[in-house]
Amino acid sequence: MEPIYTYPKTLIDVPLHYCPGCTHGIIHRLIAEIVDEMDIGKETIGIASVGCSCFNYDYFNFDMVATAHGRAPATATGVKRVHPDCLVFTYQGDGDLASIGTAEIIHAAVRGEKISVIFVNNGIYGMTGGQMAPTSLPGMKASTAPYGRKVESSGYPIKMTEMLALQDGCVYAERTKISSVGSIAKTKKAIRKSFELQSAGKGFSIIEILSTCPTNWGMEPLDSIQWMEQNMEAYYPVGVIKDLEGGGKE
Amino acid sequence: MVEKQLIKGSEAIAEAAIRNGCKYFFGYPITPQNEIPEYMAKRLPELGGTFLQGESEIAAIYMVLGASAAGARVMTSSSSPGISLKQGGISYLSGSELPCVIVNIMRGGPGLGAIQGAQPDYWQATRGGGHGDYRLLVLAPATVQEAVDLTFEAFDLADKYRNPVMILGDGVLAQIMEPVTIPEAKAWQENHPWAVGKQHHRERNMICASYPDVEILEKVNQKLHMKYDEIRRSEVRWESFRLEDAKYVLVAYGTAARIAKAAVKTAREKGIKAGLMRPISVWPFPQQPFIDLIPQAKFFLSVELCTGQMIDDVRLATGNARPVYHFGRLGGVLPLPEEIVDRLEQLIKEES
Repeated sequence: MEPIYTYPKTLIDVPLHYCPGCTHGIIHRLIAEIVDEMDIGKETIGIASVGCSCFNYDYFNFDMVATAHGRAPATATGVKRVHPDCLVFTYQGDGDLASIGTAEIIHAAVRGEKISVIFVNNGIYGMTGGQMAPTSLPGMKASTAPYGRKVESSGYPIKMTEMLALQDGCVYAERTKISSVGSIAKTKKAIRKSFELQSAGKGFSIIEILSTCPTNWGMEPLDSIQWMEQNMEAYYPVGVIKDLEGGGKE
Repeated sequence: MVEKQLIKGSEAIAEAAIRNGCKYFFGYPITPQNEIPEYMAKRLPELGGTFLQGESEIAAIYMVLGASAAGARVMTSSSSPGISLKQGGISYLSGSELPCVIVNIMRGGPGLGAIQGAQPDYWQATRGGGHGDYRLLVLAPATVQEAVDLTFEAFDLADKYRNPVMILGDGVLAQIMEPVTIPEAKAWQENHPWAVGKQHHRERNMICASYPDVEILEKVNQKLHMKYDEIRRSEVRWESFRLEDAKYVLVAYGTAARIAKAAVKTAREKGIKAGLMRPISVWPFPQQPFIDLIPQAKFFLSVELCTGQMIDDVRLATGNARPVYHFGRLGGVLPLPEEIVDRLEQLIKEES
């Protein structure tokens, strides 16, 4: 009998530490499914960063390196240069990638480092308790922006993926979201494309995934998804930002 | 037959690393150590290795972490302000028990300081340097030949203890040219069962320095502590010079020790029974040799190119059984041997 549903081989069947309604679990599963489908579990190396996803080394059933806040692209660079035949990806949140790790992510893209970057953007610091992120929207409340983000003093939300797409070393950049069966399928397709480009020896690619944080946004999970689609997506439109599949410049 | 060659300290360090299997180097420019990355940039591609100039010292040390986690022999080098920037990464490397070699070519500080050789970072090097309860194995060469030998050996020590090893030099050592013999290239094959990479014949590996369960973290700290104790027992190195009958013990490492040695010779010519105790491993610090010297010593004089940092370790080793004095020039100024002898004579007068 053909099984129609199985737990991914490269996802360890343990309770996740994420809050109810968090989308990290879905994104973890997508990555594990793709690794299984591509049959590369024995040659995949994930780089865990710092934030809510920092314990994902306990969930992925392949080699993992946990590194410091913002430094995953540099760590991935070291790993990939030693093992160019392995699939190397970083998994980073918006505090990690868009704030403390801006230098590392930009220069990994500039170098055309052959890694895949999974960038989960929910516009807030989850792990530390809901502080303002560089990606927080204007007016959005956070524990360090109790009156809402004021652009006069804290500036505007940073559009990392657009900035990275400008670099010649970046071959693929797409923004997706986790809100429905359809958008989950699109996210999976985008991650798969990034992994396939890397396996084909192409350069740097990034998949930004708009996500939610019901706990720190102070909303029910379904309301969070609705808020994300109405507000986050308006500022960070989903879609392919750059696709140089054939190589060369755009 | 390996021939002697005249070579600059920094280039000799780089070549010695390559001869013992270092094929990966990640760095960032900073004076007075630029010849190390420059040499690596030229040589490593010839050998099929990787030289990469990171966007910062911070990025470079985390590239080192990645390459080490992937099982490679890897090195980085920098100078005082750059080493400060690397400290977070050094802490992660130590917590993840990853081997690597870090070359620290010290210069005057604090802040941007100056580019001339000095020794103001002894505390930083010997006390871990970054956050957390950890130690580096720190070797302090005084000559280019010793820099070659210690750098070569540093890779074996790093692997043996799964710990970062620091070569603690200064701008003088990096810039000086001396005739040296560099060991023949040693074949080195990666065989770390803990490293990440293709894993067709093993369970998955995980490299991390994150232990959210405090009970587990305490055990990790204890395990690290046991390793450091083993290093304390096995890796202490020092050189003694004219200490057999010495009543006045000069203590110095690295470049300061070369000047102190000249001072001992001058003092001896004047009939002063001086000798030099030169720690080569500054962590672990050679405690027992100091204890052995107490019966014969009137006092110890710590000669350092800073306001006095190693003097703390001399005091800890001697337990205040004898007076411990300091002499140093600062900021990159080098003392003349005569200045040290003057200080010695003055102290002898005060003591009698």
